[in-house]
Amino acid sequence: MKLTRTGAVLGYAAMILVGLVVVLPLLWMVIMSVSSTRDLTTLPLHWIPRQLDFSRYHRLLSLAANSDGQTFLFALRNTVEVAIGTTVVSFALALPASWLFARREGRLDKLLMLVVATYMLPPLLFVVPLYHIFSSLSLLNSPLALMIADSTVVLPFTTWLLKGGIDAIPAELEQAAAIDGASLWRIWLAVTLPLARPIISTTILFSVLMVWDEFLYAMIFTSDSSAQTITVAIADLASGRVSDYGLLAAAGILAALPAVIIGACLQRALVAGLTTGGVKG
Amino acid sequence: MLGRRSLFLLLPLFAGLAAVIGWPLLQTVWLSFTDAQLGDATGNFVGLANYAHAFRSHGFRHALGVTITFSLSTVAIEMVLGLLVGLLLDLPLRGRGILRAILIIPWALPTVINAMAWRVIYNPDFGALNALLTQTHIIGAYRSWLGDPGLALASIAGADIWKTFPFVALVTLAGLQNVPRELKEAAYIDGAGPWMRFKTVILPAIATPLMIAAVLRIIDTIKVFDIIWVMTRGGPANATKSLSIMVYEQAFSFGNAGYGAAIALLSVAISVVLIGGYMRATRAQTASA
Repeated sequence: MKLTRTGAVLGYAAMILVGLVVVLPLLWMVIMSVSSTRDLTTLPLHWIPRQLDFSRYHRLLSLAANSDGQTFLFALRNTVEVAIGTTVVSFALALPASWLFARREGRLDKLLMLVVATYMLPPLLFVVPLYHIFSSLSLLNSPLALMIADSTVVLPFTTWLLKGGIDAIPAELEQAAAIDGASLWRIWLAVTLPLARPIISTTILFSVLMVWDEFLYAMIFTSDSSAQTITVAIADLASGRVSDYGLLAAAGILAALPAVIIGACLQRALVAGLTTGGVKG
Repeated sequence: MLGRRSLFLLLPLFAGLAAVIGWPLLQTVWLSFTDAQLGDATGNFVGLANYAHAFRSHGFRHALGVTITFSLSTVAIEMVLGLLVGLLLDLPLRGRGILRAILIIPWALPTVINAMAWRVIYNPDFGALNALLTQTHIIGAYRSWLGDPGLALASIAGADIWKTFPFVALVTLAGLQNVPRELKEAAYIDGAGPWMRFKTVILPAIATPLMIAAVLRIIDTIKVFDIIWVMTRGGPANATKSLSIMVYEQAFSFGNAGYGAAIALLSVAISVVLIGGYMRATRAQTASA
């Protein structure tokens, strides 16, 4: 396929424009994170830093008591903890059902729709009852509470993704093993799970990404650095407690980095999931 | 292999869902009929009073307007922009792989970090947007993008669109890549009715993924909380107070758990109505095409 000369010129111009719109805000964050506070607060604004200042990264990555770094690193640790816990629990709960949804397509479709439809419910709908439950179990301000709460978002999504992935694995392979007398459990371990490896890694990455992004539950159910997650720490910095925009930018970059790396790994899956069988259910 | 007994496989999922979604949801429905306060789960049964109060209150109608304005405008702009960029990325241009890779970043960026970054960019004293627009003489003086009730919601929408149009573009592109090359070539070549070819070749390939993307975006924007909370907390002068912000405020600032529950449930109803309307409209359009 060839474009006309005008078409190509317009195409490249549009690509550059879109590229700039996306990249400039990101680039500015990076520049801010290494600019001195003076450069960032002079008028007219000084775009290019007079000298590179990496002190914010040092500050954020140090564990000195009661420092911004300690808050930040603890939040990072809590987020990882919640992400792992939520992902493992959701996966274990969703896998058997996803398999059944895939293998008994038709009869259980309505039930699957019901599970997927819970995505429409805003977290704010669950927040008051969950608050009461956590408070009566003395779970407030603990990563465990967030693992439970985050499951409200992750569980339906995990079910949906896994079902789509298992759909693509021919049931005949499992039936062959069943004839040989293998139990369902053995069939999963020997046939289904190995074949489902791509969708399993996709599901895990999506789940981690969702937990990384979660803010409302973390804000309401946590109160200090023993359970606070990264989004709460960032929102707290942004709320005006810190007037050094460079520090904000550096914290944002460090906290966004894992999410962006996961996003890059998911690029293909994100797109495939929306265009192929993943949405059939 | 799949007898009636296999239904026990559903047990773990539904036990989990019942615990984290079902039970809290029932409680919220019950709360919405009571005057319960936060921290005291009981309260008195008041029938539909919370709902009646919502419909009569100016605050609720305002928040409803903010939510619907935000939802429809951001989703519409994201869809159009995303569709155009998706089409662009499907053209045989060099460097499109790089652009595609860059588009992943805003999509993957956590919402709170995006909101924080734009809050800094919109800063009225030292923000980059003010600096850029005054230095290029597009505006004469610094503006308070998030502090001006007339600009705040649009500014938040801008930050949301920046983050989300890449998602729509990638979805569009994925749909386009399922179209056989020869068909596409025919569709791009000028001549007899490019619009017709777009409608018969391109549109069918991207209609379903785009429709799903739109539904997801409508759901997300009706639920919108994080980005508004971090950027303005619903201010200035309630200009950006969406339904979610109002629910939060009622339940956690004023302790009116019952009233908050009623508003949260009403926002779900609005989501259902909007999505139903949207599905019906797109179905009618597909049928007539």
